[in-house]
Amino acid sequence: MFVQQLMNGVILGSTYALIALGYTMVYGIIELINFAHGEIYMFGAFVGLLLVTVLDIPFFLAFLLAMALGSLLGVTVEYLAYRPLRRSSRLSALISAIGASFFLSNLALLIMGSQPFSFPNPFEAKIYHTPLFIISRVEITVLLSSLILMIALTFFVQRTKIGKAMRATAQDKDTASLMGINIDRIITITFAVGSALGAAAGVMVGIYFRTVTPTMGFMPGLKGFVAAVLGGIGNIPGAMLGGILLGIAEVMGAAYISSQYRDAVAFALLIIILLFKPAGLLGRPAQEKV
Amino acid sequence: MLKVEGVSTFYGNIQALRQIQIKVKPGEIVTLIGANGVGKTTTLKTISGLIRASEGRVLFNGQDITAEPPHKIVEMGISQVPEGRCVFPRLSLRENLEMGAFIRQDKETIAQDVEQVFETFPQLKGRDRQLAGTLSGGEQQMLAMGRALMSKPKLLLLDEPSMGLAPMIVVEIFKIIEEINRQGTTILLVEQNAQLALKTAHRGYVMETGQVVLQGATDTLLNNDQVRRAYLGEG
Repeated sequence: MFVQQLMNGVILGSTYALIALGYTMVYGIIELINFAHGEIYMFGAFVGLLLVTVLDIPFFLAFLLAMALGSLLGVTVEYLAYRPLRRSSRLSALISAIGASFFLSNLALLIMGSQPFSFPNPFEAKIYHTPLFIISRVEITVLLSSLILMIALTFFVQRTKIGKAMRATAQDKDTASLMGINIDRIITITFAVGSALGAAAGVMVGIYFRTVTPTMGFMPGLKGFVAAVLGGIGNIPGAMLGGILLGIAEVMGAAYISSQYRDAVAFALLIIILLFKPAGLLGRPAQEKV
Repeated sequence: MLKVEGVSTFYGNIQALRQIQIKVKPGEIVTLIGANGVGKTTTLKTISGLIRASEGRVLFNGQDITAEPPHKIVEMGISQVPEGRCVFPRLSLRENLEMGAFIRQDKETIAQDVEQVFETFPQLKGRDRQLAGTLSGGEQQMLAMGRALMSKPKLLLLDEPSMGLAPMIVVEIFKIIEEINRQGTTILLVEQNAQLALKTAHRGYVMETGQVVLQGATDTLLNNDQVRRAYLGEG
């Protein structure tokens, strides 16, 4: 039972982790909480759904297309809603982000209507039994895809030239530009990658919970943000850890306390961890440069 | 090579530079000296594009670069070592150097040039995986200079390389500056240590409150009464 819950928590948490990565990467570069990120996730779920049901595209192709289009939407939001405010106060950009979030979810309501759509199961409903837990084919897909995406992201950020430039830009923008790094381009790439991961999470939650709605981005968006803060905002491994921990805590809370309180458990965890580690689990304490 | 023509720069309403005129010829070391806050760093930042000039022009090899963004200016061949070093603290030594070579595509020669930096600064050798933030001040200065050289600049801008360093290390850094110049890189050096700067450079400009007040060959400046009183602590 316990191992089963743990497994469920990790699966749910891996989707939170993917969402959290988008928040943390953007924050790392421009110190903005991109509140429209939850809507990118919703958008990804809808694109996946429409491609699979209306256009009858094979699931994995639809998955990749949803990531690509989600990435495009993220870049567009940055270009229209944040870039013009680059030199304004951080509060203006934050309010613009909240505005973009409401705009996108209401646009989805307008186009798709408020009734929930059900995501067809792309696989045969096969369930695998192990001595400690059972796991369905969908769950394996969610877990493996998240894992592969996180490994790919880590490789990208640690090993590639653009990834290194992203880290350099996060550490010191002016100096990065003195290296010949085009900061605007790095910001665009950051939004593209973060949004692709968010859209991927949307598709996965679509096949996992089987429902897609225009307002589905709100709660997971918040939780992705909580996961990012939990791990230490701006810290990529932190977002992964925060997401998984949050998923586990939520599932455990639902199983052992009450399923009514699963969201309360998530936010209680945030409060407790921040009381003891204000910078998050893997975050560096805020320091003035000397 | 570099011409700064009548450049004025503002921070908000405060004028930081007034009609600055500076010329750097190929192969020279030119120094910009003056007290704290007279606009030396602002001058460098205006050249490298971090700050936009509100008046005047900056010409590099005859090309107007006044309105270009910093990353384009690096591509044209100007590389800056910022004040306070500004190494990327959570990147390794090698990654810092790789960032210096960001504008280049030639992977193999980049690797050779990394080795070249380790030749020039033996103290950094064998520590390429260490995080730059864990280096001492002198080592960070060396890394920042090595990093700036990785873009193969024609003109190197150095901002206060001696700042906060022990005298022995400062002497070492200045020897390396002369060496870099001998190998063909033109240098514009901003320095508060006027004595050392004037002994290293060929020509110098003296700045006061956002203006150039004196200029000339460094030998002349070293013997100038005004300079001796104000900056060399004599007479």
